[in-house]
Amino acid sequence: MRKESWKELTIGTINLDAGNSVKNLTGTWRSGKKPQFIEEKCIHCFFCWLYCPHFAIEVDGDKVKGINYDYCTGCGICSVECPPKDKAIIMVKEEIKLFEEKAR
Amino acid sequence: MSKFMTLNGNQTIGEATRQVDPDVIAAYPITPSTAIVETIAKFKADGLITGEFVCPESEHSAMSLCIGAASAGGRVMTATASQGLALMWEMLYIAAGLRLPIVAAIVNRSLSAPINIHGDHSDTMGARDSGWVQIYSENSQEAYDNFIQAFRIAEHLDVRTPVLVGLDGFIISHSMEVIRVEDDAEVKKFIGEYKSVYPLLDSKLKMTVGPIDFTDYYFEHKRNQIEGIENAPPVIEEVGKEFGKKFGREYGFFEEYRLDDAELCIVVMSSAAGTCKDAIDEMRSEGKRVGLLKPRVFRPFPHQRIAEVLIKMKAVAVLDRSSSPGAFGAPLFTEIRSALYDYEERPKIANYVYGLGGRDIKIEHFKDITSDLEKIVETGKVEKIYSYINLRE
Repeated sequence: MRKESWKELTIGTINLDAGNSVKNLTGTWRSGKKPQFIEEKCIHCFFCWLYCPHFAIEVDGDKVKGINYDYCTGCGICSVECPPKDKAIIMVKEEIKLFEEKAR
Repeated sequence: MSKFMTLNGNQTIGEATRQVDPDVIAAYPITPSTAIVETIAKFKADGLITGEFVCPESEHSAMSLCIGAASAGGRVMTATASQGLALMWEMLYIAAGLRLPIVAAIVNRSLSAPINIHGDHSDTMGARDSGWVQIYSENSQEAYDNFIQAFRIAEHLDVRTPVLVGLDGFIISHSMEVIRVEDDAEVKKFIGEYKSVYPLLDSKLKMTVGPIDFTDYYFEHKRNQIEGIENAPPVIEEVGKEFGKKFGREYGFFEEYRLDDAELCIVVMSSAAGTCKDAIDEMRSEGKRVGLLKPRVFRPFPHQRIAEVLIKMKAVAVLDRSSSPGAFGAPLFTEIRSALYDYEERPKIANYVYGLGGRDIKIEHFKDITSDLEKIVETGKVEKIYSYINLRE
C-alpha cells in the first residue's frame, strides 16, 4: 500500500476515509506464535469470538469457522479462553517475518 | 462609530470578545485573568453575547471543550493565565495538532513554586513549542488590536492554527487605560464569517478526527502541522496592514523605536517596552544612540527580519521575563543569538532576565543596561552573557 507524503495528508490529522482501519493489518504484529483452530474439538461456545481483541475469529451463523490471520496478533487469549480440556485452539510456532514482508 | 472607553486589560479582552461574539467560549477563571471571564459572563447574562459560554471544572476541561467545539465547526475562544495555561498543556498540543483555529487571551503570570500571582512570561514561554502562534501586547490597546487580528490569523486557510495573545498580568490586565474601541459592525466585518473546512457536525462528511498514528504516519502528520505555522508570516503581515488601513493602527512582527541611527539596542517584549521607550527618550536627550526593538510575534519567530535590523547595531541587550533553567540563555535571547549566527558582521549580545514574579523594572535599570552595552562596545568583550536585573545578590 502506497503511503502519502506529508503534503498529501488532510490537515489536522483528519481522515476522510472513515472505516479505513480495516486496511491496518494487525496480523503483521504476530511475533513467533499463532493460534491453530482444530474444528473437530470445537464446541462452538463462541468464547474465542467474544474475547478476541481484534475480531479475528471467523464465524458463520452459530459455527466457529477459523481464524483470520490478516488481523490475528497472536496474543493467545482465544487459546486460554477455549473451554474444552483438549483445546480446540492451540498456539503453534510460526516463522518470524520482517514487518515489510508481512505487510501486503 | 469607534469610541474611547476607559477599561483595564481584562475588560478590554471582554469587550473584544463581545464584538467578535464567538460560537463557543469556554473558560475557567484564574488570577489575573479572572475579570475576562467575569466580563464575558456578564455580557452573556445581559444577552450581549449570543454564543455559548461554558465555565467547566478546570482549564484542562476548558481547552478540551474548545477543541470539541472547534472540531464541530465553531469559532472558539478562551482565556487563562499561569497555572491555568500549565494545566491546559497537553490539550494545547492537541489543539495545534488538529489545526483548530482557537484564540486564547493569556494574561501572563509567573508559575509556582513559590506561588505568586504577578506578571512574567513563564507561562506562555513554557508553551512555546506547543505549536501555537504567540503574539504579545505592550498595553491594553495592543491587546485589543491583537486579539481581533488573532481570529483572522488563526482562521486563514493557509494557517488554521491556534493563536494566543499575551498581555502582562496586573500591569496591563488591571491598569485602567483609555482605549479606542472600534465599531461593533466594523470589527465583525474585519474578522468576517468563519467557515470550518471539516466540521464534525456536517453529517455528510464521513471522517475521523484525531485518530492514532503509528510510526508510519505520525511524522508526516507532524510535518503537515508545522506547515500551518510556517505559513503564518505573510498572513500576520497582511492582517496587520489591513488592520492599519481600516482602524489606523498598523502592526508588523516587531516595533522599532528610535533605531534608525542607533548603535545600541535593547530588545524587550510586552509592557516593559513602554518603560523602555521612556528610558530611551531620556538617554537620547543625553546624546546616547540607543533604541528599542519590541518583538510582537514570538511564534513563528521572525528570525531573519529581526537579524536584519540587529546586525546594524554594535551591541544588543535581550531582556527576558522568564528563565530557562540550565539553558544557554532565556527563550528570547537564544532565538535572537541563533538568528545572528549566519551573519559574519554581528553585534555583541548579552541576556538579562528581569521582572520574575512581577518584580519592577524601572528607567534606571534600562540606563544600567545601556551603560553595560557602552562598556561592551568600548572593550569589545561581553563579560557576563547572562545576568539578572533588580535582584538582591
